[in-house]
Amino acid sequence: MTLSLSIKKKLAFFDLDISFSCSSDNIFVLIGPSGGGKTTTIRMLAGLEQPDSGTIAFGDETWFDSSRRINLKPQKRHLGYVFQDYSLFPNLNIYENAAFAAVDHNEVNDLLELFGISHLRDRKPFMVSGGERQRCAICQALARRPRLLLLDEPFSALDVASRRDLREELKSLKGNLSLPIVYVTHDINEALYLADEILPIVDGEEDRDWMRRTITGAASRKEPLKAARGQRLALAL
Amino acid sequence: MDYTALYITLKLAMITTAILVVLAAPVAYFFAYHKFPGKPLVEALLYLPIALPPTVIGFYMVMVMGPKGFLGSFWNSLTGASLLFTFTGITIAAILYSLPFAIQPMKATFQKLDHRLLENAAVLGLSPISAFFRVVIPNSTSGIIAAAILVFLHSIGAFGVLLMVGGSIPGVTKVASIAIYEAVEMMDYRTAGLMALSFIPVSYLFLLLVNKLNEDS
Repeated sequence: MTLSLSIKKKLAFFDLDISFSCSSDNIFVLIGPSGGGKTTTIRMLAGLEQPDSGTIAFGDETWFDSSRRINLKPQKRHLGYVFQDYSLFPNLNIYENAAFAAVDHNEVNDLLELFGISHLRDRKPFMVSGGERQRCAICQALARRPRLLLLDEPFSALDVASRRDLREELKSLKGNLSLPIVYVTHDINEALYLADEILPIVDGEEDRDWMRRTITGAASRKEPLKAARGQRLALAL
Repeated sequence: MDYTALYITLKLAMITTAILVVLAAPVAYFFAYHKFPGKPLVEALLYLPIALPPTVIGFYMVMVMGPKGFLGSFWNSLTGASLLFTFTGITIAAILYSLPFAIQPMKATFQKLDHRLLENAAVLGLSPISAFFRVVIPNSTSGIIAAAILVFLHSIGAFGVLLMVGGSIPGVTKVASIAIYEAVEMMDYRTAGLMALSFIPVSYLFLLLVNKLNEDS
């Protein structure tokens, strides 16, 4: 199955204009500075926000098409979405969270085992570490047997060691999942380690040269982001 | 001491609270998350009982529930009986009288809920109704209990509305607040004092609990 999108949306400080496609077994990384439109893009893929125009298609299924007025609800897209943090349900324990939308409850135990958190199954989310919470969030997303996995800086709030471990686990898991994965990050090392394809987004647009500029230190000094400029302007006013 | 009046008060407050929590939760959920044209007008209309004098509410309830009112005549055709001066009548009056005290705190509780939980529920395939039962309600329990206590306290204190709609029929519509008033009228200060005193620990303890719940959430 292949995910393909071509969308435009007017944001506060710039226009988002993005096109890409991602096929099964691939990790497609959206990278770029904060406030550049990566999270908005992934939210539009999930159906949590609506593009102004364009199309989003998964295989032969249309998820969004502005000209035909199609906008499939998030519930109908059957995808897994791991948010940056705080997406677990605080009233449920780790097992119940992972099993929240599970297709087969027997799989949940295997997933918890695979991600090394089965011993925490009876704990509430606030009683475990950030890394363990994100492992649970991945289990929750996978237990639904999604057709597409969206990961929005899932490890950014974690310490270096847990981030490295989870990154490795995700990479080794990729082959077994056989679904397209869209991964948002601002960390170049993470992108290079995980990605089959990388798309740098700056101020809402593809900017193929951004990684080179960032690595060589040429970015950001000379070219403040539109979003950052806007914030400074807002402060000055 | 008029134990029957205390019993009627307790029965009325418990039934009102139970019905209002169930009734107001979906309304509060709707107002917490949906925008529609004229929403402030509808909301203000539902909150009117806070702003109106109880006797004014009582007057209109008498009009609506009387034999010529739409609710009164409907009830009459259904059961052959009158709504005024009955326990059912004062229950309906108490529900309307306390409606804002149920909706407002519940709406505030639902709005405080992290929006990402609802987004996650939607992505995981939950319809808004399932999300209400599986995500919103279980994560708002302390706010819902606080709203229930407020409704309960407000109901045990109702006086004017109930007097207008139900009168003072012992064992049927004569609640403790009316019994206290009548005892004072008859200069029976001992009975009035004992009944009044019985309210203080209940109200005080419940208020402590409400504050605790609000702090926790």
